[in-house]
Amino acid sequence: MKRVMGAALCALLAGGIAHANAETKLTIATVNNGDMIRMQKLTDDFTSKNPDISLEWVTLEENTLRQRVTTDIATKGGQYDVMTIGTYEVPIWAEKGWLAPLDNLGSDYDVDDLMPAIRSAVSNDGNLYAAPFYGESSMMMYRTDLFEAAGIEINGRLTWDQTLEIAKKLHKPDEGVYGICLRGKAGWGENMALISTMGNAYGARWFDEEWKPTFDGDAWKNALDMYTNILGNYGPPGATSNGFNENLSLFNSGKCGMWIDATVAASFVTNPKESKVADKVGFTEAPCAVTCTGANWLWAWNLGIPMGSQKVEAAQKFISWATSKAYLELVASKEGWANVPPGTRMSLYENPKYLEAAPFADETLLAIDSADPINSTLEPKPYVGVQFAAIPEFQGIGTTVGQQFSAALAGQMSVEQALSAAQSSTDRTMRKAGYY
Amino acid sequence: MEKKQTPLGYVSFSVFAWIVGLLIFFPIFWMVLTSFKSELEAVSIPPSFISFDWTLENYAEVQERSNYFKFAMNSVILAVGSTLVGLVFAVTCAWAMAFNPTKRTKDALLWMLSTKMMPPVGVLVPIYLMFRDWGLLDTRFGLIMVLFLMNLPIMVWMLYTYFKEIPTDILEAARMDGATLPKEIIFVLLPMAVPGIASTMLLNVILAWNEAFWTLNLTTSDAAPLTAFIASYSSPEGLFWAKLSAASTLAVAPILVIGWFSQKQLVRGLTFGAVK
Repeated sequence: MKRVMGAALCALLAGGIAHANAETKLTIATVNNGDMIRMQKLTDDFTSKNPDISLEWVTLEENTLRQRVTTDIATKGGQYDVMTIGTYEVPIWAEKGWLAPLDNLGSDYDVDDLMPAIRSAVSNDGNLYAAPFYGESSMMMYRTDLFEAAGIEINGRLTWDQTLEIAKKLHKPDEGVYGICLRGKAGWGENMALISTMGNAYGARWFDEEWKPTFDGDAWKNALDMYTNILGNYGPPGATSNGFNENLSLFNSGKCGMWIDATVAASFVTNPKESKVADKVGFTEAPCAVTCTGANWLWAWNLGIPMGSQKVEAAQKFISWATSKAYLELVASKEGWANVPPGTRMSLYENPKYLEAAPFADETLLAIDSADPINSTLEPKPYVGVQFAAIPEFQGIGTTVGQQFSAALAGQMSVEQALSAAQSSTDRTMRKAGYY
Repeated sequence: MEKKQTPLGYVSFSVFAWIVGLLIFFPIFWMVLTSFKSELEAVSIPPSFISFDWTLENYAEVQERSNYFKFAMNSVILAVGSTLVGLVFAVTCAWAMAFNPTKRTKDALLWMLSTKMMPPVGVLVPIYLMFRDWGLLDTRFGLIMVLFLMNLPIMVWMLYTYFKEIPTDILEAARMDGATLPKEIIFVLLPMAVPGIASTMLLNVILAWNEAFWTLNLTTSDAAPLTAFIASYSSPEGLFWAKLSAASTLAVAPILVIGWFSQKQLVRGLTFGAVK
């Protein structure tokens, strides 16, 4: 009896060991958005093609995700095999040697199909360090019915001055409609994303060629004057607490005449399940001022592999699957073309089925194509990034400056005071960091 | 002489208490209500109280996307585990401080409490590195250790105040009768301090259940409790309030039920001394 039990135990152990050897578990850190959740639901397609790999999803809120993956990769914690990271992190982490190069995505991956702007944003020295899962730029969404009623027509790309005039005409708070909705919540990825593109449009830049901040110039003053004027006078009350989601709620409830924000919002505002104005939305490019260079941002959520991971081969297989052309077709077959992750592959914007399902596709493509993280300011700059500077210090700098600009919007300080405070705090940080 | 309360005073006090109670309860009520709305209704302005299309789709979505019971089980293990381990240390520590004080006892107590004043993020990297080197990342054991150490000062303080009210004479009488130290603590001290110990345990369970910084930073999947479950439903792009409310309702439900059934014990323990 003992022998039988012993043999059974050995068989069980051997089976367990064999099973453990056969299966590679990938832990994937993702951000919670519709496209990522859809990918989780389609996991079976990947595991059926790769039975030796299992997937463990860790979904986190954006700021928590950023904190977790940064701590993990900086300390080589090894908790994640695949990380969802933004275009801000990729060049910095690649430079530090924290990311494994993606050099084995398969022969059918077609890396040349990736949009040039996005591909350049996730590459370092010509090597791909992350694969874009979805990409976005910024553009203007507006209410066609309100424009028609006010007799406004859009001919060509708007300037911020023209946008201000339109906002004045549309602004009817008594009827529950505000001229324009923009991000006012402080943060480098919140109000500063928009204000940076406004700054670019007015000819400003974060740093000059010697890494010195330029908030003491006229360009920033003109940009911030326009921002505080248009949003403060023709925006919703309490705009300083509005980020993407708050403005999305306002626009979907029919309370915004115009909204300049991420192109990804287009699919939400045209979805009748989420929006009361789904059939009354038009799209156009983000406004220019003295230049159109850098007037719309560029962002992508990407999948990368931390350096030192023991499962690079399996992780590359997964990344190749999740960011391939075949994946776009898989999503289309299950959920429809309108739900395909946008902004990464050129072939998607040549697909008539997608163009038919997504009325905003042309504007999205135009916006992404015109955003260049390297040449995004009128005057030369030493950093990469349209609405951010891809240096480690930027998160802190961007958030501090965002708070000062938010205070100017709230009327707690003047535009001049906010710019002066931004100049001195950024100068202090850059000096401490040894840039000059 | 005790002042007799007038009917008017009684009524106004009751009304005031009800208003305060409702104000405190309102966020929970609103969360539960939102969990039954569609995403669009959840953010509609003005908000609707009752007249909306009630739906269970958020709960269905949460069930489909996440393994709720795995997260809940981790929360139970972490909360109960850290409380039991903490109790062993806190009882002995509080006994020493209450019945064998030195002139530095008060300072030691204050110093223990002062450790709670340090922001946890200040020690995140050293603790993360220790966890990495010891193989404790994403383990329940590691988190139980962190949660127990984090709440230990509060447990010691609470038990110390209860023990202080127990007359030393009773313990001395036990010693005269030949009770050893372990017997003195287990058979004499602990039975007398049951209300205090119960409320300390309950409070510690609630604190550990709600802890979100360490549980989010030191776990990924295997040891992730309900705080990680809730965090996964907040979204930077897209409407999420209804789903987040459904996830939060599911997360607070167990602790709400425990709190409801043990409220008498909890209130008694928090408001009365050990032998009053």
